[in-house]
Amino acid sequence: MAQALDPHAAIVTEASGLAPEGALKTADGQPLARALARSSRRARRRAFLLVLPLLAFILITFVLPIGQMLQRSVKNDGFSANMPQISAWFHANPRGTEPDEVAWGALAADLKASAEAKTIGVVGTRINYEMAGTRSLFTSAGRKVRDGLAPPYREAVLALDEKWGDPKLWSVMREASSPYTGNFYLAAMDRTRDAEGNMVQAPEEQRIYIRLFMRTFWLSAVITCTTFLLGFPIAHLLATLPMRKSNLLMILVLLPFWTSLLVRTTAWMVLLQQQGVVNDILVWLGVIRDDQRLQMIFNQTGTIIAMTHILLPFMILPLYSVMRTINPSYVRAARSLGATSWTAFRRIYFPQTLPGLGAGALLVFILAVGYYITPALVGGSSGQLISNMIAMHMTQTLNWSLAAALAALLLLGVLALYWVYDRLVGIDNLKLG
Amino acid sequence: MALPTYATKLERLWHYTYLVICAAIFFFLIAPIVVVIPLSFNVEPYFTFTDKMLSFDASGYSMRWYDSLLTFGMAKPEAPRDLSWWADVWQNAKWVQAAKSSLIVGFFATIVATVLGTLAALGLSRPEMPYRRAIMAILISPMIVPIIITATGMFFFYSNPCEPLTWIGLNPQCGRLAGTYLGVILAHATLGIPFVIITVTATLVGFDQSLARAAASLGANPRTTFFRIIMPLILPGVISGALFAFVTSFDEVVAVLFIAGPDQQTIPRQMWNGIREQISPAILAVATLLVIFSVALLTVVEMLRRRSERLRGVTPH
Amino acid sequence: MKRILILSSALCGLAFAAQAAEVNVVSWGGAYEKSQVEAYNKPFAEKTGIKVNMIAADNPATPLKAQVEAKNVTGDVFDIEVSDAIRLCDEGALVEIDPASLPAAPDGTPAAEDFLDGALQDCAVANIFWGTVIAFDGSKYSGEKPSTAADFFDTAKFPGKRGLPKNPKRTLYLALIADGVAPDQIYEKLSSPEGIEQAFKKLDTIKKDVVWWEAGAQPVQLLADGEVVMATGYNGRFFDAMVGEGKPFEIIWDGQYMDMDMFAIPKGAPNPEAAMEYLKFATDTQRLADQAKYIAYGPARKSSTALVGMYQDGKTEMAPHMPTVADHMKTAVMDDPEFWADHAAELTEKFNAWLAAS
Repeated sequence: MAQALDPHAAIVTEASGLAPEGALKTADGQPLARALARSSRRARRRAFLLVLPLLAFILITFVLPIGQMLQRSVKNDGFSANMPQISAWFHANPRGTEPDEVAWGALAADLKASAEAKTIGVVGTRINYEMAGTRSLFTSAGRKVRDGLAPPYREAVLALDEKWGDPKLWSVMREASSPYTGNFYLAAMDRTRDAEGNMVQAPEEQRIYIRLFMRTFWLSAVITCTTFLLGFPIAHLLATLPMRKSNLLMILVLLPFWTSLLVRTTAWMVLLQQQGVVNDILVWLGVIRDDQRLQMIFNQTGTIIAMTHILLPFMILPLYSVMRTINPSYVRAARSLGATSWTAFRRIYFPQTLPGLGAGALLVFILAVGYYITPALVGGSSGQLISNMIAMHMTQTLNWSLAAALAALLLLGVLALYWVYDRLVGIDNLKLG
Repeated sequence: MALPTYATKLERLWHYTYLVICAAIFFFLIAPIVVVIPLSFNVEPYFTFTDKMLSFDASGYSMRWYDSLLTFGMAKPEAPRDLSWWADVWQNAKWVQAAKSSLIVGFFATIVATVLGTLAALGLSRPEMPYRRAIMAILISPMIVPIIITATGMFFFYSNPCEPLTWIGLNPQCGRLAGTYLGVILAHATLGIPFVIITVTATLVGFDQSLARAAASLGANPRTTFFRIIMPLILPGVISGALFAFVTSFDEVVAVLFIAGPDQQTIPRQMWNGIREQISPAILAVATLLVIFSVALLTVVEMLRRRSERLRGVTPH
Repeated sequence: MKRILILSSALCGLAFAAQAAEVNVVSWGGAYEKSQVEAYNKPFAEKTGIKVNMIAADNPATPLKAQVEAKNVTGDVFDIEVSDAIRLCDEGALVEIDPASLPAAPDGTPAAEDFLDGALQDCAVANIFWGTVIAFDGSKYSGEKPSTAADFFDTAKFPGKRGLPKNPKRTLYLALIADGVAPDQIYEKLSSPEGIEQAFKKLDTIKKDVVWWEAGAQPVQLLADGEVVMATGYNGRFFDAMVGEGKPFEIIWDGQYMDMDMFAIPKGAPNPEAAMEYLKFATDTQRLADQAKYIAYGPARKSSTALVGMYQDGKTEMAPHMPTVADHMKTAVMDDPEFWADHAAELTEKFNAWLAAS
């Protein structure tokens, strides 16, 4: 049976002779079309079964975790889960309702319960995300209400702190009373909501993320350019040298590629610091004086230099593999028709390298946009990228929802570039050395 | 890259300038890697060449930083160097522990990535494969998605792998993967898989499917066909894919920072600490060892690549 | 194939075999970690057979919080600041510690009386007092040397880069002191928007000259490498570099910021019993005095103070290098844990925004 369903068996049947009647039949008498369809289905299934384990693995260990993380960007129940009564009041009364005694009572009861459950810090933190300076309002209230408050609650709560009457605070609490919110995306784009719940720009001194996204894209573009400037001559040289020599030189490109990222970053720290090798050489050469040593690390310069070095092979390799296929006789033909070497390069050679250039540039740009380690170690404060901000919110401020929102925006950008890459270059054409 | 005979003077000048520029760029590529090696033998705890080093005075060099890789973290580093001293090193020295962790994680992550990746590459290279492009895009994505995003996602998922089940109404209890070897291994396998796929599919591009058919028609069952015909031909690709996966794991620090526990402090994790705190030349000693390691790996990969090209009869242009 | 299977399952067994008793201590790394390894961990391991794993963090309170919140606690004992201990205890992240269970002083004084004021909190026990101070490389100055917090901000008189920690707690106070605010007025100032603005304004004057550090060992390294001419850092680390490694650093005690470090155990720690045992062992009189042999931090027990002797080199008297010496306390700013427990989050946010706005 299995033999008969083999696609090649079917093809052999087709080639060897045609049945006299209308429908073609296989050797065992089935209609050929059906047998072919079945066998191709079977082949498809077989191929798919080979891929399935890995696909399942990647979906579970990679796609699912990222999805789960992204869920945090719109979900934060720090307030709603721990302040149930006041949250219920917000749901029952539309925006614009003045908080009545019921609301104040619910607030007082929630504060007390939350303080006893030791969750008041979580509640305060959640509100503090959207209205800076309110965490202490909650924690200090939590310390004072442990013995309970007596009605009238409005006066009692306001006696704790005048700030409890701030309509902005009530607006923020209303926002937080639902576990799902888009406000972290607003925050990630330097927007916030005013007391009426309208979207507004954050105050000037708090607008940092858009600027950081711009800086990330700008620095990535600069790094892409520098890798191109440095990578193009090298790729060209490797592609035009005889095989033996170019193989030898290729090792010089591949060695950094295979060397640990941390080793390369350390090496740049050693080279670039003020008492480092580069400054030493410059002083020794008399280019600069000992007291004017250059600041080349812990700033953007450091990030650009180290990342250019690290990403350079990703530019050279695709350029090289395209340049290898360029027929040198085109340039010769151009020269023989009277073009200068510059014209021949510009009009004939360079256009043919564009596929490699596009592949390399996109790859370098994509990798640079998401870089974390190198800017973290050599970037100082001006060379930090958006990844570093995500890491900071993950590990230091612990504002995980904001980290997730920033990550979602970054991911969106990277996936868009990835899509472009797939369209223009094709993922299959990705090569490593 | 010889100059054509009709080159003008200006072109000649440019040609040599160009060669000088290329040499400078190669220098840029290699110098940072080479420069750490002599500095790791510095007697002084600085990162600069001392006068003694420059005049090749032997007293300017020492192995003290390599020695500190062994003694750092030991219970009794001053004890005489007998068998129990080495036992102490094996048990307690931080860098030795780190090397052990790195090797365990790297070994198993490589196996997982290589087995799954090779199978998938075989499937992907069949012309009948459905949704090839989309699936390929998903499988390669761990290499493209910024590592900080991957690590963040893994941090939440590995802390409580059952949480997604609560979305569909279940509420099972399960242990955590964060802080275990298994978690780090799975994470590193995920990150290494794109490299295995890329290298193995590249080998399979030149693979002649009729060889497998010939084996089948001569009576070999699929298993025999795989192990006797396909495997030997794609083996170089598989091995270099495995090496890529291993190096990826061996060099990975962000996922380790987020999901590893105190027992899985790998070499990069230990280096990360060292670099952020104080780059004593001990870090350069580790760096030197790692450079030697990557030279060895690169040599293996290059040999495999050439062998593979020979086997498949593909001659480079 | 079979052989590989056997090999890998054997390795698996090796990898996943449960370790013997151990305790994971998360601390601040560098010279401080070294002092704890010598003074606490080695004698503890010798006495109990429990292995101590030291893990370094820039500030152990942040991994603690993250681990508790992700329900993925891997550390057993965390070395954290008082304000964090109070805050995390308030949030229910820490195990409560009964002072009566702590060992008494050698003369029988119960622990509750032996510890200095504030050194015992509901969920944490202090081990040391430490100061954040300004240090500079003495060999870089031939004429007048900087001597006050104001000099730190005076880049005209003392040109060169400055090293500052990347957090509001140890930068804002210094700016205010340098701006002429009295040490006891600091928190009053920082409670008002005008005071905060005043601090940031002062920081603005040196912003372009600052190299920011995050881990406690970095300022020492920055100074040693000549990346900066002056840096603030933890006094014990500078002491270690000055006396231990013979670096020509000098410390300015003017405007030092004094704080305590405490041991705390998170809820859900993997080895709770070993953790409690370690905590009790490490905060007994002798151990706290021993730590001062390796780093210049003041012990948190009264009974330990008398036992503080020589540095490990055997010739340097430790007492005059302690942050708690009366002479060093004249203009010291004492940590206000309640203030920081409440305000750390918002001031950190302001600080980061200020930092990012170049």
